[in-house]
Amino acid sequence: MDNAKTMIEVRDCWKSFPGKKAGEQVHVLERVNLDVHAGEFVCVVGPSGCGKSTLLNIIGGFIKETRGTAKVAGSPVNGPDPRRIFVFQENGVFPWLTVEENIGFGLMSKSAAHREERVAHYIGMVGLTGFEKSYPRELSGGMRQRVEIARALAADAEVLYMDEPFGALDFLTRLKMRADLIRIWQAEKKTIVFVTHDIEEAVQLADRVVVMSKRPATVAEEVKIDLPRPRDLDSPGYLGARDRIFAIMGMDVHGGGAGDPR
Amino acid sequence: MPTKDCRGEKCPRESKPNVLKNPVNRFAPILLPAATAAIFLLIWHLLVRLSGSDLFPTPLDVARGIQELVEKGLLLKYIVASLFRVSWGFMLAVLVGVPLGLILGWFRPAFQALNPMIQILRPISPIAWIPVAILWFGIADSAPVFLIFLASVFPITVSSMAAVQNMQLVYLRAAQNFGVTGMQLFRRVIFPAALPQIITGIRIALGIAWLVVVAAEMIAVNSGLGYLIIDARNAGKRYDLVVAGMVMIGLIGLVLDLLIRRLERFDEVKWGYGQR
Repeated sequence: MDNAKTMIEVRDCWKSFPGKKAGEQVHVLERVNLDVHAGEFVCVVGPSGCGKSTLLNIIGGFIKETRGTAKVAGSPVNGPDPRRIFVFQENGVFPWLTVEENIGFGLMSKSAAHREERVAHYIGMVGLTGFEKSYPRELSGGMRQRVEIARALAADAEVLYMDEPFGALDFLTRLKMRADLIRIWQAEKKTIVFVTHDIEEAVQLADRVVVMSKRPATVAEEVKIDLPRPRDLDSPGYLGARDRIFAIMGMDVHGGGAGDPR
Repeated sequence: MPTKDCRGEKCPRESKPNVLKNPVNRFAPILLPAATAAIFLLIWHLLVRLSGSDLFPTPLDVARGIQELVEKGLLLKYIVASLFRVSWGFMLAVLVGVPLGLILGWFRPAFQALNPMIQILRPISPIAWIPVAILWFGIADSAPVFLIFLASVFPITVSSMAAVQNMQLVYLRAAQNFGVTGMQLFRRVIFPAALPQIITGIRIALGIAWLVVVAAEMIAVNSGLGYLIIDARNAGKRYDLVVAGMVMIGLIGLVLDLLIRRLERFDEVKWGYGQR
């Protein structure tokens, strides 16, 4: 993994927003450094509101850093790019298009035949066969999120940025979506940066978990998850990694019950 | 239907408990308004009789008035004349208002330059423009068409503008992420995202256009339902015909609204109206 080429490179990144009072600045990110290799699955965790999404938006090209640099594939990030698709937390699926029109949205410059083939392929992959002509409002939240993921995959991006993509889903759907995402990632060899506040989710998915501190956020620590997939959620390796991240975030799992820190 | 089967996942838009099974409820949408209308007509009739007025008509007088207008061939002629003016003024307003609103909503400098002007012109009642319209267009059909255009172009422009400004940022970001820009962005994302609210604006504008055509016809022309009302009053205090005109205006307004509401049922815009 160490000799793999670097896909994302964030160096000494700072971000502040104007505050409510005039002249006041809210510091969100401070001195953030992050490297992601090509093909790697990295999860970013941290307390709510710490700036995880801000970091993702900076490498996604939707927000400009105040100081420092963010490079993807060797060049500085200058706005969004079709080679790197963002999967949104809220509903980014276009409600006026059908499932297949949504998934084909990023393929309009391609030939109709090519587009149809890819759309059909990814509809199958995310398990939405039979719903091609449905509109998003006719689907459940989990199905809409799968449309969004299929849309991102169909565009054949090298990198996927995922901002709490399963946050709004119920527990069982979330488990299934995680398994699907790992399966798709293994088949497609994308680079994925996945933001979540759910530590269990991060440890189930990632090659490496980046733990961020409270605001102004910086990278507190990185935890490598060197466990085979599919992961055994009762194995000592899994539990050890999970507890370590809890400890970094200042929580004592053994003293205080539930695993999901919300 | 594949859309019914959500494959074991929660369907958020499942139908509510079926109220249609109850036979009383099934006829309620017809029976209740019919009963209200019957009571209204009865009270109207009684009040006219009790007051002993010989000028104000009973509902039956009005029905006879409508019949008289039909027999003389005036009713259809006047309705067509009014609808003709509304169609032209309203269509021009849509053709100007929608693109203008989209541009104002999207380009900040255009908004800054034009919005104050629009906000000043907007509260001026179309009725206030009648003298100006007569001066510019005479008493030809173009005068009421102009007034209708003026009355409906502002609600259409403002709602189209607001629709673009209130568009969810996530649609825009997703589109930009896929490399969609320029006219493509307008056609594939901004316009469809704004369409439900644009249609609502168009619907409101049609109601206003219908209000205004009647007012305009009372002054500027010699045909149409507005003219009928003024003419019936001036030429012999025929209040049965006055009220007959009012009833026709109300009924046609209802039909117009029902027709334009059909636009809200298209799949491409249904998402914008919540659950109904």
